[in-house]
Amino acid sequence: MNGKTRETVKTTYRDAIREAIREAMRRDERVFLMGEDVGRYGGCFAVSKGLLEEFGPERIRDTPLSESTFVGAGIGAALGGMRPIVEIMTVNFSLLAADQILNTAATYLHMSGGLFNVPLVIRMATGGGKQLAAQHSHSLEGWYAHIPGIKVLTPATLEDARGMLWTALADPDPVLIFENSTLYNREGELSVDAGAVDIDHARICRQGNDITIITYGASLYKVLDAADILEKSGISAEVIDLRTLRPLDDAAYLSSVAKTHRALIVDEGWRSGSISAEVSARIMEGVFYELDCPVERICTAEVPMPYASHLEQAALPQTETIVTTVKRMVRKNG
Amino acid sequence: MAEFCMPSLGADMKAATLIEWKVKPGDFIKRGDIIAVVEADKGIIEIEVFEEGVVDKIIVPEGKNVPVGTVLAIISSMKEPSETKEEKIVEGQVIEKKETALKLEPEKVLVQEKPVPPLPEVLEGKKHFKVSPLARKLAEELNIDVSTIQGSGADGIINRADVEKAAKERELKKKIPVTEKAKMPKEVEYQAGMRRAIAAAMSRSNRDIPHYYLETRIDMTRALQWLEAENQKRSIKERLLPAVLLLKAVARALKDVPGLNGYWIDERHQMKDEIHIGFAISLRQGGLVVPAIHNVDKKSIDELMAAMSDLIARTRAGRLRSSEMTDATVTVTSLGDLGVETVYGVIYPPQVALVGFGRISEMPWAENGMLGIRRILSATLAADHRATDGNRGAQFLGSMKRYLQEVSML
Amino acid sequence: MNKQETTQKETDKISREHALHLLYQMLLIRRFEDKSAELYSAMKIRGFLHLYNGEEAVAVGVMQSLKPEDAIVATYREHGQALARGISAGAIMAEMYGKQEGCSRGRGGSMHLFDAKTRFYGGNAIVGCGLPVAVGLALADKMQGKKNVTCCLFGDGAVAEGEFHESLNLAALWKLPVLFFCENNLYAMGTALRYSHSVADLSKKAESYAVASASVDGMDILAVESAAKEAVEYVRGGKGPYFLEFRTYRFRAHSMFDPQLYRTKEEVEEWKKRDPIDTFAHRLIKQGLINDENIKELEMKVEKEVNDAVAFAEAGTWEPVEDLTRFVYSERKRT
Repeated sequence: MNGKTRETVKTTYRDAIREAIREAMRRDERVFLMGEDVGRYGGCFAVSKGLLEEFGPERIRDTPLSESTFVGAGIGAALGGMRPIVEIMTVNFSLLAADQILNTAATYLHMSGGLFNVPLVIRMATGGGKQLAAQHSHSLEGWYAHIPGIKVLTPATLEDARGMLWTALADPDPVLIFENSTLYNREGELSVDAGAVDIDHARICRQGNDITIITYGASLYKVLDAADILEKSGISAEVIDLRTLRPLDDAAYLSSVAKTHRALIVDEGWRSGSISAEVSARIMEGVFYELDCPVERICTAEVPMPYASHLEQAALPQTETIVTTVKRMVRKNG
Repeated sequence: MAEFCMPSLGADMKAATLIEWKVKPGDFIKRGDIIAVVEADKGIIEIEVFEEGVVDKIIVPEGKNVPVGTVLAIISSMKEPSETKEEKIVEGQVIEKKETALKLEPEKVLVQEKPVPPLPEVLEGKKHFKVSPLARKLAEELNIDVSTIQGSGADGIINRADVEKAAKERELKKKIPVTEKAKMPKEVEYQAGMRRAIAAAMSRSNRDIPHYYLETRIDMTRALQWLEAENQKRSIKERLLPAVLLLKAVARALKDVPGLNGYWIDERHQMKDEIHIGFAISLRQGGLVVPAIHNVDKKSIDELMAAMSDLIARTRAGRLRSSEMTDATVTVTSLGDLGVETVYGVIYPPQVALVGFGRISEMPWAENGMLGIRRILSATLAADHRATDGNRGAQFLGSMKRYLQEVSML
Repeated sequence: MNKQETTQKETDKISREHALHLLYQMLLIRRFEDKSAELYSAMKIRGFLHLYNGEEAVAVGVMQSLKPEDAIVATYREHGQALARGISAGAIMAEMYGKQEGCSRGRGGSMHLFDAKTRFYGGNAIVGCGLPVAVGLALADKMQGKKNVTCCLFGDGAVAEGEFHESLNLAALWKLPVLFFCENNLYAMGTALRYSHSVADLSKKAESYAVASASVDGMDILAVESAAKEAVEYVRGGKGPYFLEFRTYRFRAHSMFDPQLYRTKEEVEEWKKRDPIDTFAHRLIKQGLINDENIKELEMKVEKEVNDAVAFAEAGTWEPVEDLTRFVYSERKRT
């Protein structure tokens, strides 16, 4: 992204996030991390492993299992001049703190008539695919994107895992970062001087002419795989990583759809009332007369996530479905 | 409150361009008034209204191409001024009503134009075209009538590629006549449209109608003698054409044998009381129009001649009335002028018969054991075997023959 | 550590000036609330309106010990606290009018009064939701080495919320400078305490989290002031949070549209005999510190302040509708 240097280092999504936290803690003493098992355990997904030793218990704070209160405390600390990073172990537990996120974090600035902004960052793991069944596999980032007053980030790449946190901390308002848990082990090359990235824009990950596939988070890789397969069939797909679900970068995907005249949205959330529904609606509103076929969506099946692997995989968006859907839409080999 | 819709002027008309409004909001109109002029594949047609009232609102502006059934204007009856007002204020309601009306179009057409049967293809044509938004926009930009395009997308949706293909095809078509008629691309366009319309109707006829053909020869000597004597008395302007006699004879024969006058619709033979004869008129630039002469049986010879002259003039000027385009209950084709001996016609659906007349030529003719030179006409009947049988057809031809041989009976 | 109700011994030492100050503040709240009810009936104020009549001693008594740098987190029945904290009556009234001169620009209304200068963090209208925020404010102060305290006010209803328990636990665990001040007016909206709590002695709940606690007569301004002072000193001394229960009573309905089926008129009348303003005024007169004339003067002063507040609100302006979507995100850039 930055293109500062060609020198890269092999790393993982997990390490990139840890590096981002470490850098933030070093750069700004107001920054601290709090959440369940972030200290002595090293983080449920080992993201914060080693940070307690480096920064001490004052700044790497293990909390009781009190989601509502430690999120609320994050809000209070932000109001009080700190720059807290609150880690909610997974999005599933964030529901216990939904009141604080929606009724407090998202509303304070507005109901105080602009007096009190809440510079809080909340990180949480999201997504299914690990056979964790119905209570531990939600993808509710699109649901949170419904709420005005917060920002919703979904880093999919190593660059974003590394770079979004600092920008989020610099933001004067509450920012939620959703880390798809299937990405933590993802390996790749990252520039050694990778740093803060923009969080206002979607990114075209692959150029194409026949269709625009809009996605975010872990689905990005399924979409890129599909695009490779489609290329062999002579279909050129443009792939857009939304990166930020609120506020949406409308210009990015609308201009792409205006070019390709077809749009498919791949969203790991449930279909009804999803971010894919929102993007689809905005495409209708924005570039209706550019469409050469109906906008389509591939979302997670509307069931609580089943445990059995074959059922879970059937519920989630998959590369093959993306390929066949695109072929049908483009009507080549369809 | 009534909606004035783009009428269906033929089985194959799917859309037309509104060329001119003859009225403006606030104008009082009565049944039968010509209130708009539209341009369909077949040419420019004046559209009459079947309501009485006041033009409340013009919905489709001049220059716009719209599918059959589209509400062109709202007409409020004199009795319901309050409702009119409400409709004006609540825009959304009007739109909603319009949509409902579109769905109910077939009935709508029946109500509006009583004599027009609900033609099966008319129903098909009234379906909302599935056109992708991009294709629709592109078609508008390229001035392509989407109703003429076959969609290649799922469920026959017309997409961008289809429009682009149609545009290309049009370009190719344009290039051919450009050398001859460089300044008439628009007319070429009409002709192409008309050709398509004829093609559609005739294909359907050939596909659906089991034709049977009967032919007879009629001694026209006495009839023509009468005609010539009659014309002697008349000024050039008032002179009669042989075709008048033919039409009159057809009408009379249809009175005697009504089975051939009417339609085949929904697997049912519908005989008609009114005899409106579609009279095939070829156009100088090519193509064919078959406007109807209404109630031929009730017209005197003179009236018929006047109607025919008027019709031919207006047809060639491209100014036909909508009812004339749709009302024919039977068709007459006369190709004698072109030297044709015998006509084997193709029935214009949903009609059940077509009468063809060839050339009247002098022939050796035996009658009552005497050989003589007579002026003989070849008359044929192409009839729909689903509606009638050869026996009935023979009766018709026989009857017609009698009338032409005994002009006094006409 | 449960401290029994404070006696009135110390009250004898109260200065005339301070007595008049306390009385004035309570009278101001009372008059302001009555005026608010009137204006609500006249449709000048809309939405929910929760009035503070009867509980004035708590807000006024508590605020005496707090420094300007300390933070307040209040509930939706917070006009009294806001006035006692020093937010101008005009700014509060204008807020309830929905005018942009209101302390929250008319975006908050009665339930969401905010003020940066006095560190008044609402106006929080989800029962219990202010407690975690107060814990966080205290955490920030502590981490930054500030000697401030955060005063969190809430009702007996909030004690039944999970956030109460989580917050007391966390504040105690991290020894945070939070004052958990519970205004126990015996009713969570229309449900009496005895129908909500298996243990009706609320201070016992604090004890179970090893949080210092006390209960005090919330109808006695001097007892409130004294108990609060002690609590503030404890917390400011770095000993961790403190839970203080004020036993008080709400004279008016829960909100404007409440037929009060859940309590008897006799009960209300019985409590009104302990009206914090009347009892305090009588005591001062009895002690010879003030006379009826002084009270009349105070009332006239209060009347003027409230009338001025109404005039200020009336003269206020509506925020342009074009500004509707402001204050969803900050207008300043990232730092």
